[in-house]
Amino acid sequence: MTGIEMKDLRLQYGARVIADQLQVTLDKPEIVSIIGPNGSGKSTLLKAMARLLLPSAGTVYLHGRDMNSFSADALARIISFLPQSAQAPGDMTVRDLVLMGRLPYQGLFSSLSEDDIRAADKALEETEMTELRHHRLSELSGGERQRAWLSLALAKEPEILLLDEPTTYLDIHHQLDLMELIAQLYETTHMMVVMVLHDLNHAARYSHRLIAVKKGRIVVDGPVEEVFTKDIIEPLYQIQAAVTQVREGNRLYTVCIPYATK
Amino acid sequence: MTGIYDDRVKTRQTRRLAVILLGCVLLLIILVLAVMAGAVTIPVRDVWLALTAPGTTEDYRIIYTLRMPRVICAALAGANLALSGCILQGILRNPLADPGIIGISAGAGLAAMALMMLAPSLTALVPLAAFAGALGAAAVVFLLAWERGVNPLRLVLAGVAVAAFFGGGMTALSVFFSDKVQGTVSWLAGGFAGASWQSVRMIVPYSVIGIIGTLCLYRRLNALQLGDDVARTLGVHVDRTRTMLIALAALLAASAVSVAGLLGFVGLIVPHVMRLVVGSDFEPLLPCSALFGAILVAGADIAARTLFSPMEVPVGIFMSFIGAPFFLYLLKRRMRAS
Repeated sequence: MTGIEMKDLRLQYGARVIADQLQVTLDKPEIVSIIGPNGSGKSTLLKAMARLLLPSAGTVYLHGRDMNSFSADALARIISFLPQSAQAPGDMTVRDLVLMGRLPYQGLFSSLSEDDIRAADKALEETEMTELRHHRLSELSGGERQRAWLSLALAKEPEILLLDEPTTYLDIHHQLDLMELIAQLYETTHMMVVMVLHDLNHAARYSHRLIAVKKGRIVVDGPVEEVFTKDIIEPLYQIQAAVTQVREGNRLYTVCIPYATK
Repeated sequence: MTGIYDDRVKTRQTRRLAVILLGCVLLLIILVLAVMAGAVTIPVRDVWLALTAPGTTEDYRIIYTLRMPRVICAALAGANLALSGCILQGILRNPLADPGIIGISAGAGLAAMALMMLAPSLTALVPLAAFAGALGAAAVVFLLAWERGVNPLRLVLAGVAVAAFFGGGMTALSVFFSDKVQGTVSWLAGGFAGASWQSVRMIVPYSVIGIIGTLCLYRRLNALQLGDDVARTLGVHVDRTRTMLIALAALLAASAVSVAGLLGFVGLIVPHVMRLVVGSDFEPLLPCSALFGAILVAGADIAARTLFSPMEVPVGIFMSFIGAPFFLYLLKRRMRAS
């Protein structure tokens, strides 16, 4: 099979067990969002998918093979991961950053190949950062900076893109902008996108599938229509919320309006 | 709009190249000057003659047995210290890191001081003792900071603790053997008065290791600047790479300290200044730091042995006097620019 399969996973930081007996199968190129309250283990789950956190029990399979059997470079070429608050030297230019994405393709002494340059330029194009490629990261706005990082992730030409709360620190306009960009990237590349999202309306609108996590357990995992309901959202976050549909033009949007805590 | 930025990239490339070229030319000039200058001034023409017709003149003997090893040692010690500091600043992501932070200075200082005070007849072994002391202290810091690889924060804390402990040892020695303190002062201040071909042989292998190591690792050092998680997903073995780089920095600094004594300042200031000049990309930053480290120390050594001739002043003093104001000037200029 292709994709990621997690079997009987136990994830822990030191002695603190975050999740146990976790089962997740991601075998289709689709957009998946992981939702759930703070401290539920969303980011931890994402990190385990990127092999940034090794499970203390259980196995993660990638394309049917134990993920631990992949070399660092081989894994890096398949999976891209963007952490929540990525940092880079401010004087680095966007293009320098994006070219770093080609590191897993380079030998110890070999310099950038034609393929590397082409992939980086394509990634810049896809994220609409070509104009800004020679700008320093310190000169970019929050939205532009996030697009630069996304461009780095794409330069690896990955099959799986993992994003940890990509819209944090962005205003509403730039949040939507980024979500639109991710959706558009999915349309053109059909790679698997898995992201941790706080904004439920974004998660509902831009994903095919939602995984709801609470206290280290997967509460529900399924298509958006099944998960994004009052009966699931209310207990998940311990809130009272209206999940309803809004018509704008000819489009129908399902939205969640939380109005009280429980 | 794009045009301006395209130009700026070209300017950046040109500037990096210019800095490296300027560095090479300066280093060459400094090396020639350093061979000429001293208690006896030897004109360029005679330097040339002495080198092309070896073994015949008094000039040749001075040049070959005294000045050349000294100049080479000064340049290599400067390069090694600057490289070491540059690597450490990159790994710890802290512009104030220097080789002292992994216990190098304190370890070398205590070992050398103990030998000079307790076994004065073995003074010839001071470089070896300093080298062993430096690596020993670095190893202790390493062990204390170990956690599936070296943990940067713990490294800094362990470094401070070990430096304090060894520093206490040095103070204790100078209290108990106060009559012998005088003999250790100039070693502690750092200098190249006793440099010989033996010293050159001690330091050269580590400079070579340093150059090869940085060539292999600079890309990964760049990747580490993006944080551990991103570096890992770029295929970098973060813990292994960091450990190798710190070991490299320790070897470089220990070899420098063993021939030069406690030469502070270079490892801190040179990489920092070069970062202000060429930026934080390690591809130009590492070679530039090495080059200008060599220039600074070799240059300061010329001043140390000529300005108050025939008296020699420890080279560390000159470096502080030249470097510190220049450093402040650069910082100030950058603050105004941004």
